Amino acid sequence: MTIADAFKNKNGKAFIPFITSGDPSLEVTEQLVYAMADAGADLIELGIPFSDPTAEGPVIQEANIRALSGGVTTDKIFDMVRKIRKNCQIPMVFMTYANVVFHYGTEKFVKTAAEIGMQGLILPDVPYEEKEEFSSVCKKYGIDLISLIAPTSHDRIRMIAKDADGFVYCVSSLGVTGTRTKITTDIGAMVELVKETKNIPCAVGFGISNPETAADMAKKSDGAIVGSAIVKLCAKYGKDCVPEVKKFVKEMADTVHSV
Amino acid sequence: MSKGRFGIHGGQYIPETLMNAVIELEDAYNQYKDDPEFNRELTDLYNNYANRPSLLYYAKNMTEDLGGAKIYLKREDLNHTGAHKINNALGQCLLAKKMGKTRVIAETGAGQHGVATATVAAYMGLECEVFMGKVDTERQALNVYRMKLLGAKVHPVTSGTGTLKDAVSETMREWTNRISDTHYVLGSCMGPHPFPTIVRDFQAVISREIKQQILEKEGRLPDAVIACVGGGSNAIGSFYHFIDDKSVKLIGCEAAGRGIDTNETAATVNTGSLGIFHGMKSYFCQDKYGQIAPVYSISAGLDYPGVGPEHAYLHDIGRAQYVPITDDEAVDAFEYLSKVEGVIPAIESAHAVAYAKKLAPTMSKDQIIVITLSGRGDKDVAAIARYRGEKIYD
Repeated sequence: MTIADAFKNKNGKAFIPFITSGDPSLEVTEQLVYAMADAGADLIELGIPFSDPTAEGPVIQEANIRALSGGVTTDKIFDMVRKIRKNCQIPMVFMTYANVVFHYGTEKFVKTAAEIGMQGLILPDVPYEEKEEFSSVCKKYGIDLISLIAPTSHDRIRMIAKDADGFVYCVSSLGVTGTRTKITTDIGAMVELVKETKNIPCAVGFGISNPETAADMAKKSDGAIVGSAIVKLCAKYGKDCVPEVKKFVKEMADTVHSV
Repeated sequence: MSKGRFGIHGGQYIPETLMNAVIELEDAYNQYKDDPEFNRELTDLYNNYANRPSLLYYAKNMTEDLGGAKIYLKREDLNHTGAHKINNALGQCLLAKKMGKTRVIAETGAGQHGVATATVAAYMGLECEVFMGKVDTERQALNVYRMKLLGAKVHPVTSGTGTLKDAVSETMREWTNRISDTHYVLGSCMGPHPFPTIVRDFQAVISREIKQQILEKEGRLPDAVIACVGGGSNAIGSFYHFIDDKSVKLIGCEAAGRGIDTNETAATVNTGSLGIFHGMKSYFCQDKYGQIAPVYSISAGLDYPGVGPEHAYLHDIGRAQYVPITDDEAVDAFEYLSKVEGVIPAIESAHAVAYAKKLAPTMSKDQIIVITLSGRGDKDVAAIARYRGEKIYD
């Protein structure tokens, strides 16, 4: 399994859900992975909670705090992935903050992530200028360090795209993660700039919470990433969230796969 | 290695959304920092608005009482708004104006940086919003009202621990939300490049003046310069022009809270480890998984789990020394300076006074210590009274 496999549906579009590991518990997170894979997700972003997630809105901030209060650690999340990989081979990437990786030991973290069967890593507080420190290690172990582009990136997009691996994460809007009523950025133009430079899948995230927006974003790119809308269900239904998340992911994935 | 490094520290660990904003800031700063017109305007603001140069005051009573080195106080507490924070707020707001920004945002801990930013924003006609931990808005209620009086909007931050680190996180989040017309006036020598350099340069006026004043008064350089360190802006400002003068000892005083052998401490260099947070690589109080630790100090201004990257570097190369000072020692020094010298220091600055009290008696009478008194203590009087068990209302 590779990240590229996630973009090999009949229409080439991927639905990418995000969940915070350990919210409400690692047992539920494991079940959520199976349920989302079953419901048609193509790639899963597993969040490793961080005490101070500066790129997140309130919904995911609170999920991070709930998970950490429940005693979740990076090592326990690695163990959970080991279990998951006995049953499910869906492509997965970790999404966390630079310090979680750096303080664990970048080499030790990335090596372990590769050994347990992860495909990639997203670090929203590591821009192009700082990526070498992490990407050199990721390359060594075959982990894709995912690059992000934002509505403010403009002339930086080509430079970022040139060195991108796995897929390019297009941040749809200014601000932090969280649901939005509409997305006003010209996503099509951002994606076009990437594709002019490199033939790499582009998936759009931040602010997608319903099938209509997901369809719109999937038409303009290669996939839709949804976090806060799912994490809200985890918060609302707690240990009983699995069927609710599964239903939502199925609706979103079906929509994305039929644009 | 990326830009803005102090040894291995510093860098720009921020979301892509903010990268063009910090690049724009760096370009503007490089354009204006040596511009004679910009510097003439800034000097005029320092001298005629902020009451600079601040006094280098010979603390005769303290010197005689301690019986060792001669002690001078660099009186940043006499600046307009009562602390060194105005030096940086004036510099950054002037820069923001030149960049065509119409709105400034800022984080604040004790409220001194928020008040300084709100003050300059009022003076320069900039819209101003300040983010302050909910806990801090309660323990520094008077400063919240001061900011409102100055026309700023104050947002209490409830995320995380509701203190300074959360105020910084929330201001960064707000900046990613609205960049084009907004400048983030970061209050300390921390965060992503170019902030540690910009803040240091605007605070370096402190050591520039100390050097000139001590040469006038004593005809020689001091043997030690002592300042308190949270993020470290008054300390880096006090150290900067002495870094190449190897005979001058540079000493930063960290908030040890209830002691560096307890969990209730904010002494980052003494108890922290290398990490990446709030845009920079530096030392942070954190657990083995890199989760940032909740820190504690009686002083809201030093209650921060990190330290500016240039301090981390000065520590690494042994050029500066960072010592822990407990709440008890700081409160004793707060009362001591009030009684002996008739000067009520900010509880932050009292950490520097506390170390000078230990150091001076070990030195000879022909040696000289300069203590930077970063702010005045009016804001702390009620809290110190409570600490001593007296009932008093803010």
